[in-house]
Amino acid sequence: MGTIWFCLVALMITVYVLLDGFDLGAGAIHLFVAKTDEERRQVLASIGPVWDGNEVWLIAAGGTLYFAFPALYASGFSGFYLPLMIVLWLLILRGISIAFRNEIISKVWDPFWDFLFFASSLLLAILFGAALGNVVRGVPLDASGYFFEPLWTDFRLGEQTGILDWFTILVGVLSLLVLVMHGALWVRMKTTGAVNQRSTKVATNIWWGVIIVTAVVTAITFKIQPQVKENFVTWPWGFVFPLLAIAGIAGVRFELVKRDERKAFFASCAYLTGMLTSVVFGLYPLVLPARNPIYSLTIASAKAGDYGLKIGAVWWTIGILLAAGYFTYVYRFFAGKVVVAKDQTYH
Amino acid sequence: MEQALGVHRLHFAFTIAFHYIFPQLTMGLALLLVYLKTKALRTNDEHYNRAARFWGRIFGINFAVGVVTGIPMEFQFGTNWAAFSRAAGGVIGQTLAMEGVFSFFLESSFLGLFLFGEKRLGRIGHWWSAFLVWLGSWLSGYFIVATNAWMQYPTGHRVDSHGQIELASFWSLLLNKWVFWQYAHTMLGAVQTATFVMAAVGAFYLLTKRHESYGRTFVKAGVLVGVVAAILQLFPTGDAQGKLIADHQPVTLAAMEGLFETQSGAPLVIIGQPDVQKRRLDNPIEIPTMLSFLTYRQWKANVRGLDAFPQDQWPDMIALLYYSYHVMVGLGTIFIAVMVLAVLMLWRQRLYESRGMLWVLMLCVPLPYIANTAGWMTAELGRQPWIIYGLMRTAHGASPQVGAGNAWFTLIGFMGLYAVLGILWLFLVYREIEHGPEPDDSLHSEPAVAIAAD
Repeated sequence: MGTIWFCLVALMITVYVLLDGFDLGAGAIHLFVAKTDEERRQVLASIGPVWDGNEVWLIAAGGTLYFAFPALYASGFSGFYLPLMIVLWLLILRGISIAFRNEIISKVWDPFWDFLFFASSLLLAILFGAALGNVVRGVPLDASGYFFEPLWTDFRLGEQTGILDWFTILVGVLSLLVLVMHGALWVRMKTTGAVNQRSTKVATNIWWGVIIVTAVVTAITFKIQPQVKENFVTWPWGFVFPLLAIAGIAGVRFELVKRDERKAFFASCAYLTGMLTSVVFGLYPLVLPARNPIYSLTIASAKAGDYGLKIGAVWWTIGILLAAGYFTYVYRFFAGKVVVAKDQTYH
Repeated sequence: MEQALGVHRLHFAFTIAFHYIFPQLTMGLALLLVYLKTKALRTNDEHYNRAARFWGRIFGINFAVGVVTGIPMEFQFGTNWAAFSRAAGGVIGQTLAMEGVFSFFLESSFLGLFLFGEKRLGRIGHWWSAFLVWLGSWLSGYFIVATNAWMQYPTGHRVDSHGQIELASFWSLLLNKWVFWQYAHTMLGAVQTATFVMAAVGAFYLLTKRHESYGRTFVKAGVLVGVVAAILQLFPTGDAQGKLIADHQPVTLAAMEGLFETQSGAPLVIIGQPDVQKRRLDNPIEIPTMLSFLTYRQWKANVRGLDAFPQDQWPDMIALLYYSYHVMVGLGTIFIAVMVLAVLMLWRQRLYESRGMLWVLMLCVPLPYIANTAGWMTAELGRQPWIIYGLMRTAHGASPQVGAGNAWFTLIGFMGLYAVLGILWLFLVYREIEHGPEPDDSLHSEPAVAIAAD
């Protein structure tokens, strides 16, 4: 039962990254791919009806993690106290930037929210990557089952790590590059004209960065988290996950050349899915590795009681099927390129 | 650690009190939007569609702030209350996860359609999107209240040998006997906020002689729904909730009522200042024997005062609890009076011309917000010193490794951020009200970021 929930939580996080990933990426590039007010509104319109629903996957994944692995939720969230609070502030600023921007047409109002939307999206993309880096590297859990990480210590991978060190920053950079590519492919698929062309250019250029940093981070990960190597040696079938990532990233290039906008975006989804599942596969059965391996949280030590997990499997399945239904409907409803009015005169 | 505990409590109290400003309006307003859309469908009058679009825009602003201030609430269970989460996450995580899976997906998906897709959805489809937004928001309220109800009256669980609290009965958790009345009482509170806001905006239009046909629609909808909610708030829901507290949290009842001494024929205190040190109530204005009657339906019934319980079981902020409760009940009584009077005048066809009554309706607008906050403060302060009543003390629930310094840092951050957010929110809502429901061009009815048909 624990393993099933491990997979389900991983699935929800993956869906969250795929969906909110493109709107974070769109935020990180919109200042550069969209110059005029009309172009900016094109980018906003491409995520307008869906970003809020995308973010719900974070809340739902959080809730699922909470009830399935309460000890992980308690240790992880209190240990990552400061970065999580900063993430919350950024999510707040980003949410209101999108929601409030088009309320008023003004030469001071719009650029302010545009910049805030850009900055918060950028920082969130880096922070989410750094958080993943922390999990992979391991945290200073002790016998009490808790830890507390300051934002940084000496930026080294010692015993007393901080949230930011050279490795987690590197993962943060990778995360930013990947989401920029993902977001650019989304914006490209949803827009026309200059925005479409500039996004294509961003995606094409950033692709090289993604390839290089992915290779570097992967090599380092095998070094610093022994569990990863062990799992791939024990269960070689797990190589399907990195293969999916490789196929995805190759597909992005292929479809960029072939100019199929939808397929390029889906290839990027495949790449992201492959990367995340590789990490999850590599960490199993750890849910939160400790710097000192004897204190690592595992599925068995972090999971809730079996009765709750079993009943949860019933309602969760029903709920997610319903949610998948709504999402399919909404995305179909808003499918196709966005069109915005030339100029806004209301208010 | 003592010091950090206080900061963690203030942290949660501040962020939840600010957050709840928004859902209490949107949950109530969702119901009124369904009402307006139903009217539009029945009468085929564009007037009601414009009214619904106007409130939809105000809904949208409030919803956005509600969402972004809501995410910190879920996170704080883990960040600031890790020990509580570790012990009880297997139980309350169920309802919190169900909220995400069953209500938030529904609500956010159909709100996007409601706000951005009116033309393409058609009249019936648009009605359905409003209905599903209402359903999602009210389901969400249910799961949250069920979570709180379990903390007030834990049931359907088992404590294992490591002190871990596990779920033992899903349906006892979901259909806890505490949840029914608490949910009804909470949702009626939300409806009251929305009806007062709608009536106040209507009164504002009538008093300033602008958008008067909408003013009449808003005042009418506000007071007609409002009077029902105001009465049901007191009876049966408030009364039933009081009885649950008398039965299961008798020490809380004593503290709420400021009853220091056990007595038969206990009086109901209307006003007075509790002095917890001297264990007495200063300057009391009371109705003799009323508390006994309200609690046990007998004038001479014995009501246990605080003296009947050991002091370590007392709520730890008795004076604040007492005032929260009295503010809530006092305002609730005023709401009934205002709404009943307004409905009588509506019936006599004098309401729209009565400037005095319109002034009252307009000025009442902050009061339901205060009453809702005071109500939640009563529930939460009344549960103290427990985080899970009778099972786990609040002092044992905070995160062991998050010190006061870090908690203050983030609390101050939230205070600054929310101050800015609050100002922006008031500013934008006021602009919408100022702009009014009349479309000044075709762009406004369908937001400018319209989506092309494919």
